[in-house]
Amino acid sequence: MASIDQQLERPPVAEAKFSFSSHLYELISTVDHKRLGLMYIVTALLFLVVAGLMATIIRLQLAFPNGRVVDPDTFNRLFTMHGTTMVFLVGMPFVAGLSNYLVPLMIGARDMAFPRLNAFGFWIFLFGGFLLYFSYIGGSGLSGAGSAPDVGWFAYAPLTSRAFSRGASTDYWILGIFVAGIGSIASALNVIVTTISMRCPGMTLNRMPMFVWVMLIDSWLIIIALPPLSAAQIMLLIDRFLGGNFFNTQSGGSAVLWQHFFWIFGHPEVYILIFPAFAILSEVIPIFSRKPIFGRPAMVGAVASIGFISLGVWAHHMFAVGMTSWSNTFFTASTMLVGIPTGIKIFNWTATMYGGKIRLATPMLFCCAFLFQFLIAGLTGIMLATGPFDWQLHDSYFVVGHFHFTLVAGLVFGLFAGMYYWFPKVSGRLYNEKWGKWHFWLFLIGVELTFVPMHFLGFLGMPRRIYTYAPDRGWNFWNLLATSGLLFQLPATVIFVWNMLWSKFKGERAGDDPWDAWTLEWATTSPPPEYNFESIPEVRSSRPLWDLKNPNDPDWKFE
Amino acid sequence: MDAVLTETAAPPAEWKLPDRGTMGIIFLIVTETALFTIFVVAYLVYIGKSLSGPYPKDVLDLPIVASICLLSSSVTIVFAEHALKRHRIGIFKLWWLATILLGLEFLVSTALEWRKLIYQDHLTISTNLFGTTYYSLVGLHASHVIVGMAFLLLVMIVSLLGFPIHTQERRVKFLSWYWHFVDAVWVIVFSVVYVIGR
Repeated sequence: MASIDQQLERPPVAEAKFSFSSHLYELISTVDHKRLGLMYIVTALLFLVVAGLMATIIRLQLAFPNGRVVDPDTFNRLFTMHGTTMVFLVGMPFVAGLSNYLVPLMIGARDMAFPRLNAFGFWIFLFGGFLLYFSYIGGSGLSGAGSAPDVGWFAYAPLTSRAFSRGASTDYWILGIFVAGIGSIASALNVIVTTISMRCPGMTLNRMPMFVWVMLIDSWLIIIALPPLSAAQIMLLIDRFLGGNFFNTQSGGSAVLWQHFFWIFGHPEVYILIFPAFAILSEVIPIFSRKPIFGRPAMVGAVASIGFISLGVWAHHMFAVGMTSWSNTFFTASTMLVGIPTGIKIFNWTATMYGGKIRLATPMLFCCAFLFQFLIAGLTGIMLATGPFDWQLHDSYFVVGHFHFTLVAGLVFGLFAGMYYWFPKVSGRLYNEKWGKWHFWLFLIGVELTFVPMHFLGFLGMPRRIYTYAPDRGWNFWNLLATSGLLFQLPATVIFVWNMLWSKFKGERAGDDPWDAWTLEWATTSPPPEYNFESIPEVRSSRPLWDLKNPNDPDWKFE
Repeated sequence: MDAVLTETAAPPAEWKLPDRGTMGIIFLIVTETALFTIFVVAYLVYIGKSLSGPYPKDVLDLPIVASICLLSSSVTIVFAEHALKRHRIGIFKLWWLATILLGLEFLVSTALEWRKLIYQDHLTISTNLFGTTYYSLVGLHASHVIVGMAFLLLVMIVSLLGFPIHTQERRVKFLSWYWHFVDAVWVIVFSVVYVIGR
């Protein structure tokens, strides 16, 4: 009895005074999947701002012919750091953050399978990011002023050899990405094991939410595709520090082998990056169309086959290096094959919307734009997959336009949809719908203005990665147009950040389930408690909350 | 009718999913396999591409004894596991020690082989393509053996200090899986380096 009294006398934890050190301690020592997920996402957003500002400088430099905003060396560093950051320090942590936060909630688990591995993954990733950016200070060693890597995000040999890349900047690129990669692999392994071993009773693979399915296959791709990059980077380190000959053509090594190894990682990587968007769309579109996803098994099959085919298409990045025509034919064909499952997905999302009661809230707007823009990105992808076409436009702005359309007009739109959709769950408050729409329309116009002209610049022969151009090339108008997109993208981003911050503190209370949704994360409170669910839920269909809300017409009768 | 449907849709009374540790070690092995694959591919691609000597056929001898030792350590670790399962700690320790000694013999003979290659044959990692790929691939494997050895030693030490190791049967099993993986990789490395590449 006495012990109970003592417990009652203890001050409740929630009223403890805010102190910076205790907050910091909690942040560093946490193994909670939701906190780690948010830490991943916030880190990704910060790096997104940094790399976005780099892109801004690049666009300002290219706005007019003979631009004088930055010098050529700085420009090389800018596009290298922009690309590297966007792929490894924005895209990858978004994958990890989203799956960390949502997968356990969606499968009715209390945490990931390995919470401490999860924390390790985050901190080692963050360390990798810092290591990369430390190159700005320590890039050329102790002797001189620092400089960042300038070898491009795919760091082709022999540009990375000691002879052409002096100082330590390339080593920072290698080690930073290598270390961040360990974090990504740790987190992906965790997601796979969580999905396999931690599902709540009744959550068979058939009933698993589409989001979890896509992230499962995404994580599978990560653990298969990232080690090749790590291996290639180890070889590069051996070349640079031990005098190895892997990519040293003078001793019989092959610079093309680096390209193969890099793209064996690099092409699956772009699917790794776009999958979170697929995952988000597969949750958001059904909720905002008030219909279950169309063709669920076909969707899962499509994602799985994209995951499979994407491992065999890497050399379509290398048509211009002079492979045999058999290789060219094979990689053209395998690349075009990806179009089939991708088409299935686009059709299924559209069919989900068809005849539905569509609510055009901000997340749904982003999803709709995604469908159109990703379709265009996919079609330019098919164009580039054709060997002869690629010979014309290889390394031109057409390629830049193509992959920015997949990653910005595609992935980023998907991510925005996801962030608006789950914001009420994470913060417990609703975002401001009006600002959300402003963000959407401004961002949409900005993205179209910036990236559509790049395709035309490619047709007009503008190569990628040039720091400036002469005024008589006929590129002036399109370049200026591309840069003018900034006038829309920048304010849109500011509105987004402001909306998130303002709504976090001042927004309307959301309640547990503001969207009238069907997956398990909406069954718990917003924000979810540390233990996620008071009692572990039991599931009978793929829409457990629908069953709960409609006991007379539950899904499991028909599944 | 409804009752029947309810029954079929109810979650199974016994809900059993694969053990997360088992899954963790399996996928760790998958991702390690991907890492090794690239090194093996690099080795295969560069066979016979060295512009200068020494060449593999001149300097490499088949490491028969070391290979037998490493592969038989996979057998002894299974015996150790079985002993642990039956709570025969003494026998477990013996087999465990045998595993460690066999692993050690492998590492020592690799070290001696490298010593011979470096001092007698003047083959270092920077000499030619063969040296680069050989030391990288064999070294990557050897580093995995060393990691495995560290964990084997850890288990040995704590069980010698009287820690109730039979409570850790699961973790011992995972360690043995990792050890089997390292051995399986050696089979590949052996065939690629000493059979195909020679």
